[in-house]
Amino acid sequence: MAKKRVIFYLNQFFGGIGGEDKADYAPEYREEVVGPGVGVAAATADNAEIIGTIICGDNFFGQNEEEAKAFIAETIKANKPDILVAGPAFNAGRYGFACAGACQVAHELGVIPVSGMYVENPGLEHCRSFSWVAETADAAAKMRKALPIMANLVNKLALGEEVTPEGDKYHAQGRRECILVDELGSTRAVNMLLARLNDEPFETELPMPTFDEVEPAAAIKDLSKATIALVTTGGVVPNGNPDRLQSASAQQWNKYDISALDELKGEYFTVHGGFDPVYCNEKADRVVPLDILRELEKEGKIGKVHEIFYTTTGTGTAVANSEKFGIEIGKELADAGVDGVLLTST
Amino acid sequence: MATITTISQSVGANRIVPTVAIPYPVGNPTLSAEDEHAMRREMVERAVNGLATEITESTQFE
Repeated sequence: MAKKRVIFYLNQFFGGIGGEDKADYAPEYREEVVGPGVGVAAATADNAEIIGTIICGDNFFGQNEEEAKAFIAETIKANKPDILVAGPAFNAGRYGFACAGACQVAHELGVIPVSGMYVENPGLEHCRSFSWVAETADAAAKMRKALPIMANLVNKLALGEEVTPEGDKYHAQGRRECILVDELGSTRAVNMLLARLNDEPFETELPMPTFDEVEPAAAIKDLSKATIALVTTGGVVPNGNPDRLQSASAQQWNKYDISALDELKGEYFTVHGGFDPVYCNEKADRVVPLDILRELEKEGKIGKVHEIFYTTTGTGTAVANSEKFGIEIGKELADAGVDGVLLTST
Repeated sequence: MATITTISQSVGANRIVPTVAIPYPVGNPTLSAEDEHAMRREMVERAVNGLATEITESTQFE
């Protein structure tokens, strides 16, 4: 079998150009094996050939992202690699962001993206779902531990072999896959329960995601001057669902002007696929209490109901999408000077 | 405002008002229209007052 073609992506430092003073270095492509590529090349020589290296300054990538990505895309199209290896970036934020961008370009062109990052590298979330990102330490001093993990991934992916996050030490991509196992789920569950009751080790098949703690927002000082917004994950939309919000696994959020309404009843319904919609469809204020908030506005208890109402569907929606929606909606609310939000969840 | 408040806590919500049921968090179709309205009003006022309450950690307004 022909060896797979590999291109490396490195920043100015690991590419041997220079330090922070060279971080504006424009991207270039060399038909050479450079820096970390040397270690990976030695360990993958049977299955892969590193045909070249893209080197780009971290600041250049950050400030000229489209141009840098276009360069990477052109290099890939001209040299037709099977695999792109970016980094490892350890916990370097700008480098991680650039590696994530390089992986994204590769992924979109049908090239397998491999990288290496520390779990807290902010670039990880931008590429983990479609890349094989080796788990590394937070600093480049651990390069010698990172490279064998990345080389192993290159070898197995080059050969088309199966890899797993646990066995091959990469950050789980968050995909579900069907696998065949010998024992029925009921048997496995009972065995797990027995192990737990006997204080024996067991391993869950469904690890719970870990969540961030959030600093509480300061209290509103004067409600009578405050603008309060309504947001929901209950899939509440105008009758007819004009923007075609999904009924599950939402890919979008929507916003609607409710400034002319005293209640949602009769005008709004729910497309949420995860609960019996009858009661919400009779009166959507049971999910999004505009009627009451309007009363409080008229009585002067609150200053104002925000004109715009935000909505998405919570059921089956990926955590990554939920976070993205939350950040986008939060930014609009903050920009509009909203003081408080009632977020209703079904 | 959510019915399964453990989920709210796990995603980092800080001011939480427990609600009635998943299909009608701030409603109750088994009540008369007047009683349902009064109940919803009490819950929404509790939520709004929660926004005006200083807290240091995730807090349920029950």
